Amino acid sequence: MEQPTLTAHPPQEHPAELRTPLFHYVLHLADTHLVLAHRLSELCGHGPVLEQDMAMTNIALDLLGTARNLFQYAAELEGKGRTEDDLAYLRGVTEYRNPLLVERPNGDFAHTVVRQFLFDAWHVPLLERLRDSGDHRLSAIATQSLKEAHYHIQWSGEWMIRLGDSTEEARRRTEDALKECWSYWGELFTMSSEEKALHAAGLMPDNASLRADASAHVERVFTEATLPIPPDGYWHKGGKEGRHTEHLGYLLAELQYLQRTYPGQQW
Amino acid sequence: MKPVPLTEQAVWHLLEDVPDPEVPVLSVLDLGVVRAVKLPAEGQVEVTITPTYTGCPAMDTIAADIRSKLLSEGATQVDIRMQLTPPWTTDWLSDAGKRKLEAYGIAPPVESSGDVNALFGEVVVVHCPQCKSRNTVLVSQFGSTACKALYKCNDCLEPFDYFKCLKPPVRRNFAPGT
Repeated sequence: MEQPTLTAHPPQEHPAELRTPLFHYVLHLADTHLVLAHRLSELCGHGPVLEQDMAMTNIALDLLGTARNLFQYAAELEGKGRTEDDLAYLRGVTEYRNPLLVERPNGDFAHTVVRQFLFDAWHVPLLERLRDSGDHRLSAIATQSLKEAHYHIQWSGEWMIRLGDSTEEARRRTEDALKECWSYWGELFTMSSEEKALHAAGLMPDNASLRADASAHVERVFTEATLPIPPDGYWHKGGKEGRHTEHLGYLLAELQYLQRTYPGQQW
Repeated sequence: MKPVPLTEQAVWHLLEDVPDPEVPVLSVLDLGVVRAVKLPAEGQVEVTITPTYTGCPAMDTIAADIRSKLLSEGATQVDIRMQLTPPWTTDWLSDAGKRKLEAYGIAPPVESSGDVNALFGEVVVVHCPQCKSRNTVLVSQFGSTACKALYKCNDCLEPFDYFKCLKPPVRRNFAPGT
């Protein structure tokens, strides 16, 4: 299939010491979008009702599109001849840099919704600030994706309210899902030393600064959903450095099976 | 007979015949995705397009369709370029495109009514493309393709697709240094 590339955006020169950190950061964002897109795509044909099946796969498609834009850019930044497909299909589990939250299994519908809700609460303020990145390409990608992310955050917020302020069973399942997912949320707001250098150069926001907006969204929705806000405690971390839970290996085994078994296959 | 060399105007004219693969009643020009046409040398055409939705699989098909159309009409080399900035919004849909959508049974994008849902922003009133009633209800924000939402008319009871309004959200101000 013909794949037009973003050739209309000329490459931008960054100081030599920022090139590797920027490559790593773009790869981290790409992995985050791809892994969550894959998780949601697993629900294709398995959603609780047709409309929600379509909603989740539509969100998966948006995230996959953003992942592609980011992988293409990462491949260009690396400049070693690897393509977007090489980066997605031919890296092992310890080379993936997504936070642990997005690799959590779908579980029941409440788990899927809570994971999406916590992701969206971070994703929208992140894209809002990435629009102002000094890196033109990241800014363009974020501006494009933000329009779509607003539909996602609305969907996950509405479902939190519907499930939280609902039957005894729906509420119990939502609280269980929150108990499980909440401790993975904090990793999204961490900064590596490379990211601090990128932030100082105006290429990315300080992740910690996204927390206030994310928490405000959580508070608004949880009030409506009559859900208690879990306290901050221990945060599971390590995904951004390649230390993953066992779940990512199984996910990649399915995602990468075809390219690993029949290298170079195309549509 | 030597074919007439392509002109920029001729290329724009040819693009009127390239349909959107998912909403075939619209041409790629109605959709507003074609940003620029250049002819750097005789027979060579460069077309710059902007994606609608980031993951829309139709974009790859649109690129392939533009290429085969131009190659079949005398171009010898076609380059399709993708440009993200400025981002596509539903304002780029032509007025003719909006009329064609409605005649086809898809409600065209509408501006918000000014009603505001405190939590999730503005509310829109979508007219039923069949009976024109305003008494419609949103079934799902996500429809059969990335660009559509699913609605139902409470008067004629027909379900219908709504071409979602897609715009850059209002900028919020952040304190400097954050």
